[in-house]
Amino acid sequence: MAAFAITEFGKLLGGCLFILDRSKMLQGVFTMDPLKLRYTKTHEWAAIEGNICTVGLTKFAVDLLTDVIYIDMPDVGDPALKGDSFGEIESVKAVSDIYAPVDGEIVEVNDKLVQDPAAISKDPFGKGWLVKIKMSGKPNLDHLMNHAAYEKQIASESH
Amino acid sequence: MALETSLHSWHSTHGARMVDFGGWDMPVQYTTIVDEHVSVRNDSGIFDIGHMGRLRIHGPDSTNFLQLTCSNNSANLRAGQVRYNLVCNEKGNILDDILVYQHADDFILVVNASNRLKIVSWLESNIKSLNVKIEDQTLSTSMIAVQGPKSINLAKQLISNDISKLGYYFSFDSKTMDIPSLVSRTGYTGEDGIEIILPRGEEIKVWEKLVSLGCKPCGLGARDTLRLEAGMPLYGHEIDESTNPLEAGLGWAVKFDKGEFIGKEALLKEKNTQSARIRVGVELSGKRIPRELYPITKNGTVVGKVTSGTFSPTFNKSIAMAYVPATLSAIGTELDVDIRGKSEPCKVVPLPFYKRKTT
Repeated sequence: MAAFAITEFGKLLGGCLFILDRSKMLQGVFTMDPLKLRYTKTHEWAAIEGNICTVGLTKFAVDLLTDVIYIDMPDVGDPALKGDSFGEIESVKAVSDIYAPVDGEIVEVNDKLVQDPAAISKDPFGKGWLVKIKMSGKPNLDHLMNHAAYEKQIASESH
Repeated sequence: MALETSLHSWHSTHGARMVDFGGWDMPVQYTTIVDEHVSVRNDSGIFDIGHMGRLRIHGPDSTNFLQLTCSNNSANLRAGQVRYNLVCNEKGNILDDILVYQHADDFILVVNASNRLKIVSWLESNIKSLNVKIEDQTLSTSMIAVQGPKSINLAKQLISNDISKLGYYFSFDSKTMDIPSLVSRTGYTGEDGIEIILPRGEEIKVWEKLVSLGCKPCGLGARDTLRLEAGMPLYGHEIDESTNPLEAGLGWAVKFDKGEFIGKEALLKEKNTQSARIRVGVELSGKRIPRELYPITKNGTVVGKVTSGTFSPTFNKSIAMAYVPATLSAIGTELDVDIRGKSEPCKVVPLPFYKRKTT
């Protein structure tokens, strides 16, 4: 009972997901736009701007983890391989790998999150971003889910 | 099909995440483990522990029977006294750790949920010619724990006898909100508090009343981190059928001078040759959690294993219990834990990690 598996997903968070649209942020306007994000089966979100993919964990995932105490991040310059683990997130309850949604190179790491891992729980779609990956080659995002598909997945996992 | 306490639907409708524990569908947390943990350390929390097994032992040979089947002494218990005890097999290994209540003309045993059926049949097989009866009351009763520095003041408003005068590890029959109940000054959190056994179903109104008075509902997650800080073993982790009480640091619950008991011979041998491995507490400098079965290493060689670990909310650091060779068990010994391939330094510290201030 000491380590609960992350697969023991319990409650579904209700309502829609609140996402900051960076282009609107610049104008000082915050917009909910869940449709602009792509999702993995393993609960990472990916925001694509040009050839840069910002990666984070969904609210669903961090709500299930609760009490996040440690995030193991890659170094800038490390390669990212689609579907491979690039880090770990550890809570009192469980530890879970974080998987790269795309191929490329880590070009930025959210250092503030390393110092204050609990911050990911407060704002998983904003200040809680994890890394930025510079995508190699022509980005192919077909393997990632859109918002509707992801919502469907978490609905089935929460039973 | 998992068993359910009568509070099951209360838990589900109050946001609890449920997990299977010892064959019961139980709440693991309502808010967060840390939040619930901190409430119990600073204030008060309430736990549904209806999954714990409750056995009544009665008949003229009850005392002799418990002396034979358990390692600690039940013959000198005073009226209402509660004592930690161990059920061992012939090899001296632990079948369960239990509480024995001296109660009126009988004994009440509180056993682990996961071991209940095993213990009932083990005890029955050892009755032989003794005049003793075992009654499993688990499914007809319920049990809740109210724990924390403010728990006594809160709960005493509901209980007919004065629980503030009840000694630690003593119990009495009393009325809780007019419901006949067995109240004990016991717990599994390292805090002051009580545990109440009630008829099944009757605990709901007591639970709701205590919650309305400010007791925070807590799940098994916080119960685990609280008992870990308090250095208490959990069956299936620190102790099981491959561990004996001496290496587990529970030698104080083995009374060699009380007469014969199952496992005595093996345990005497172990005592005379000294245990090769010992349960210790370790503290890490990093924040990562050493989890169950992670290897303990010394100079790169595996020397032991973690039995449970967590991030201690009270001390804000990672802690664990582990088995290590006796030669590496001294306080201050520097070791490493292999956390998923990365070696993290740790050192042996005294158990318990947390001891409450007694007034």
